[in-house]
Amino acid sequence: MSLILILEQILNGLQFGVMLFLMAAGLTLVFGVMGLINLAHGALYMVGAFAAAIVAAWTGSFVLALAASLVAAAAAGALVELLVIRKLYDRDHLDQVLATFALILVFSEGTRWIFGSFPLFLDVPSYLSGPVTLPGGIQYPLYRLTIIAIGLVVATGLFWLIARTRIGIQIRAGESDREMIAALGVDISVLYTLVFALGAALAGLAGALVGAIQSVQVGMGEPVLILAFVVIVIGGIGSIKGAMVGALLVGLTDTLGGVFLPRLFGLFMEPASATSVGASLASMLIYILMAVILLVRPSGLYGGQS
Amino acid sequence: MGRERLLNAGVILLLLMVPLWAWSADEPFLITLATKVAILALAGVGLNIALGIGGLVSLGHAAFFGIGGYAMGILAAHAQNYEPLMQWPMLVEGTNQMPLIWLVATASSALAALVIGALSLRTSGVYFIMITLAFGQMLYYFAISWSAYGGEDGLSIWVRNEFPGLNTLVPLQFFLICYVILCLALWFSARLAHAPFGLALAAARQCEARVETVGITPYKLRLTAFVISGAITGLAGALFADLNRFVSPTMLSWHTSGEIMIFVIIGGVGRLFGPVIGAALFILLEHFLGGISDYWQIYLGGLLLMIVLYARGGIIGAISGREVAHD
Repeated sequence: MSLILILEQILNGLQFGVMLFLMAAGLTLVFGVMGLINLAHGALYMVGAFAAAIVAAWTGSFVLALAASLVAAAAAGALVELLVIRKLYDRDHLDQVLATFALILVFSEGTRWIFGSFPLFLDVPSYLSGPVTLPGGIQYPLYRLTIIAIGLVVATGLFWLIARTRIGIQIRAGESDREMIAALGVDISVLYTLVFALGAALAGLAGALVGAIQSVQVGMGEPVLILAFVVIVIGGIGSIKGAMVGALLVGLTDTLGGVFLPRLFGLFMEPASATSVGASLASMLIYILMAVILLVRPSGLYGGQS
Repeated sequence: MGRERLLNAGVILLLLMVPLWAWSADEPFLITLATKVAILALAGVGLNIALGIGGLVSLGHAAFFGIGGYAMGILAAHAQNYEPLMQWPMLVEGTNQMPLIWLVATASSALAALVIGALSLRTSGVYFIMITLAFGQMLYYFAISWSAYGGEDGLSIWVRNEFPGLNTLVPLQFFLICYVILCLALWFSARLAHAPFGLALAAARQCEARVETVGITPYKLRLTAFVISGAITGLAGALFADLNRFVSPTMLSWHTSGEIMIFVIIGGVGRLFGPVIGAALFILLEHFLGGISDYWQIYLGGLLLMIVLYARGGIIGAISGREVAHD
């Protein structure tokens, strides 16, 4: 096992973590500001990926495809917020879980109806494909590096939006006291729709970016959704910083565990059983990580009150 | 209250009459459908103890359903191949006897519920929902990567397991087994709700501080309820696997958790017969909408949205007319 392999896997973990952050940011924002638990977030990720795949097939432009993923997911998010979600803010979590689960059924089956069960393909554009040589002689795919870069730029933008802009102040104020911010003349329902659309757009972007590595298909959002939940539970619900730390932690743990656990077991077991034991344990590793963190801090790393 | 009792009696009688009629009319498929309703209702009765009485929104009950299923699959597969389950430190053989399988299924899912509950109940509200969801997924991915028992493809057994004195391959006889277990679980659940334990559990849902003031620890109550709830759902899982003679990671997926929750909520949360009515409606919808369109889940989703948004209290709530009545 060489140093280069370890560094490569750390970059893979970073890329996965950045993706998870884009998913988790929307979830945690919506929960923090509106107290809403949204299971349909994975459906918006899927909408983004499908929009990107279609636009890429029409126009051949990857940049346009990414733009389409943002627009389509934001539009779907805003529509869902206006039609369904806004009736759920004052309900208990049970109703929210059920209604957003129902939305998943509608979105998944609707997409299957329109596009069929076969996956669509979204190709990495030629100018982003192929490896680059990093300092130290590591060959790494340019596209994955681009994902990391886009993710970090978006994350910085999000931090800036929340911490420095007027709308960010309103969002944070809505988080602590929605009556007060409404009394100050902010149209709270418009604000909520905006926040929801923003979270949706981030999820859609993540879907499009990942769609070029994996295939674009119905149900693709759900495994990611569960991981995003793990991320925000680890980070502390409502905290963007927690989502960032949690996402990187989960991304690195999952990637490194998957590669190195089987090898670790291989040191003292026969190869075949080491691979299977290592792989099963690796697939559970992040949940074990979550359980351990919650044992120490029941409301997550950066969570205030639960 | 009178109306709800009447409805309950009607539902449980109907669930018995339909297969009996189907048997005389020689329609085995209808019996299988009714068996599915009884088993899924049993899973819902399990969840309803945590969800309805205890107010614990567990989105990970598929874990227990699946553990029950795998308990059946593993024991039966070993019995089928004559391979002992383990040889050290003592010889343990597989089995195809239902009562023994049920015991193992119930005990192992109760144990899992104890571990998962003990960790998850340290948190509450949305954290609890997500943690139970994550634990469910943990087991789901474990089952997928566990190649010794079929991994992603699942595990089939050739012949349905045996019950002393009955022929379980006859659809009606297997239905009756499931029906009797469902009735016992309903009876147990009703007793539990009225026992001091159930009352304290319901009180902890309504006002935690008061329960603590009286000197009862809500954590212990909830953990006990969670374990009972997991055990009943695990038993349902073993029966479900036996019905299909097949178990796969799908039983553990969070979609299954969502569906079990749907049964409870369509029927009415905290209502004794909520899960029965919910499961029956779900299976009927699946069957008839599935016949109309391949994309029936769109309609299911739409219907579910309508119920959540406009018909709170589920079907029993809509019929018997009271917002919350626990029993």
